[in-house]
Amino acid sequence: MNSGRCAACKHLRRRCPSDCVFSPYFPANNPRRFAYVHKIYGASNVGKILLDLPVNRRAEAADSLYYEAYCRIKDPVYGCVGLITILHQQIHNAQCQLARIQAEIGALSTQSQSEVQQFQQVENVGPSFLPDQNGVPNSTSFYDLSTWFD
Amino acid sequence: MGGGSSPCASCKLLRRRCAKDCIFAPYFPPDDPHKFAIVHKVFGASNVSKMLQELPVHQRGDAVSSLVYEANARMRDPVYGCVGAISYLQNQVSQLQMQLAVAQAEILCIQMQQEQPPAAMVGLPPPPQDEKSSLLLATNNFNSLQQCLGFASTSTSVMQDPLKRESLWT
Repeated sequence: MNSGRCAACKHLRRRCPSDCVFSPYFPANNPRRFAYVHKIYGASNVGKILLDLPVNRRAEAADSLYYEAYCRIKDPVYGCVGLITILHQQIHNAQCQLARIQAEIGALSTQSQSEVQQFQQVENVGPSFLPDQNGVPNSTSFYDLSTWFD
Repeated sequence: MGGGSSPCASCKLLRRRCAKDCIFAPYFPPDDPHKFAIVHKVFGASNVSKMLQELPVHQRGDAVSSLVYEANARMRDPVYGCVGAISYLQNQVSQLQMQLAVAQAEILCIQMQQEQPPAAMVGLPPPPQDEKSSLLLATNNFNSLQQCLGFASTSTSVMQDPLKRESLWT
């Protein structure tokens, strides 16, 4: 039946058999999909690739073939490899940025901790240096200044 | 390549005379027959020839390299080909962007806390136990970080997907 032909058989101007390998993946309402894969791979190669796969993997294979064909038509020099290159670059940039920020966090945390420690040291010296309310000097001073007041 | 020169890998495989102006000869030398074999298997010699003819000469070398790459990927993974690698890399990019957002929020929190020193730093008595104060600080950090993360955005897909899905394979 002419009206029941898939996009592949319409494009190739042939009868679409009931067991056509293309028809589940290249429906008649999307002629561009088959046109792209045919332009890049050729119908024969696409048919071979699909036939070599189990039926439950063919839909994904057809999708990926269409995607790669689309990328190749958009970028005839690099195809989807251009995209892979861009992604690698993005990963590299993000890793560098992350390392930089983590180093900054480390530095800020260290600085913050040392400031708190310094303050605590001063705190320990100050109050413990001064005598308590009964006039008795504190013996827990960080710096032993007790001899100065003997 | 004519005369006594060896035919290129493509003409050897196709069993034809290698012309002087053979379009394949510069890119498929006879000492690497596998390179053309794999490209021919996936794309077909005729399609490769058409693709190269449509390109300026100075871009054909790169085009052949990318075709070889794609053909190898398709042979290794007949279902997904290069698209499997793209999906994996996109995932990595998303994860890294999330980590970046978290790290940037953390820096903001630390900077905010450094701009407003804790009460102990301005002459008030310190908290009685060090463990309590560090726990309070950690809790404040976590709450601030949670608030900050509310503004962190997730990555969007890098490419305009012709399959019109947010990620490559949903």
